[in-house]
Amino acid sequence: MNWLQQLGRAGLNFFERLGRGHIFLFYVLAGSPGMFIRFRLLLQQLFSIGVLSLLIVAVAGLFVGMVLGLQGYNTLVDFGSEESLGVMVALSLVQELGPVLTAILFAARAGTSLTAEIGLMKATEQLSGMEMMAVDPLQRVIAPRFWAGFISVPLLAAIFSAVGVFGGYFVGVGLLGVDEGAFWSQIQSRVDFYDDVLNGIIKSVVFGFAASWIALYEGYDAVPTSEGVSRATTRTVVHTSLVVLGLDVIMTALMFD
Amino acid sequence: MFHNRTLEISVGIFVALGLAAIFILAIKVSNLSNFSDAAGYPLEARFDNIGGLKVQAPVTMAGVRVGRVEQIGFDSTTYEAVVMLKINNEYNKLPLDSSASIFTSGLLGEQYIALEAGGDPEYLKANDHLIMTQSALVLEQLIGQFLFKTAAEGSDKTEGGQ
Repeated sequence: MNWLQQLGRAGLNFFERLGRGHIFLFYVLAGSPGMFIRFRLLLQQLFSIGVLSLLIVAVAGLFVGMVLGLQGYNTLVDFGSEESLGVMVALSLVQELGPVLTAILFAARAGTSLTAEIGLMKATEQLSGMEMMAVDPLQRVIAPRFWAGFISVPLLAAIFSAVGVFGGYFVGVGLLGVDEGAFWSQIQSRVDFYDDVLNGIIKSVVFGFAASWIALYEGYDAVPTSEGVSRATTRTVVHTSLVVLGLDVIMTALMFD
Repeated sequence: MFHNRTLEISVGIFVALGLAAIFILAIKVSNLSNFSDAAGYPLEARFDNIGGLKVQAPVTMAGVRVGRVEQIGFDSTTYEAVVMLKINNEYNKLPLDSSASIFTSGLLGEQYIALEAGGDPEYLKANDHLIMTQSALVLEQLIGQFLFKTAAEGSDKTEGGQ
């Protein structure tokens, strides 16, 4: 009977957290308009979330593009269509790898720090202190971080894709000798702005929303102990990765039929 | 104050980089770059069948790209495909009786339009029609014809033997 009880408790806990997460999101969104008056808070978070993630995202994009170029060339050269290398690199980056890998890198680079920061603020009772001074922590602390993440991820994903295409270009044209004109003209004729690029940007907007929401909620909902914060940080990475990949399946099925 | 300024500048650079990346994706990587092409003049060509020709496909002459396919339409009175070509302005001395054919680059490659110069002393002007055109070779039709022909030859032989 014991495992049945545990299953029931796990189920109840799951729905409780799911419900609290959505109520949390509602209050963050409701508290957001006040944040734009104090624009500096958003700016600071854009710096620590977006600017500081720039390097890892750009370097990862460059390497992913290069690997795609090297791997794709080996397959395409067998069919004598190595001119399509650019299309392969650009489409896989713009549609899939750019948004998804950026979101996962974002969870690892910025999401964890958000969770740990909020969790420690809770553990050291800074959040309750704010409430005591009639300052709404959701409005003062959480909302700027949420919007900074929401704005940063699409920009980072676009940088990832663009840098990645140039990584593929360096490998394909510079190293492997694909014709430069064919590389770009094939890309331009096959990659559609609305169907491919814009859908990729929509994906990254959704991922940015999900990643910041999960990271902040895990921090806000963490058990206020050092162990609780450590668990919350782990959950941020695991949940963000799973949610991003799951949403990716759904959105890909809807967008690219 | 100094710290705030560097913060603002770095955030500004970050946002500018992100927007620049979207711009690069739009202009350099996708097909939103029509206006970055060289200026050209339009020509019209009508084909019975254009096969898999797409907008933005290259128009070549002697293998050199001289323009692009601008627009593909369908004429519902003559049941022909109407292809608008944009030829770069520097190639403005194409003879009036030049012909256009749709070829495939490689066995599985993209389809493109090849122009072949005629002997007319007059030159093509904007919005002129290319009179002589040759449709795309559709592989299935070709195989069908080939099979039909071999079958016909085979039956001829058996008839001859009787």
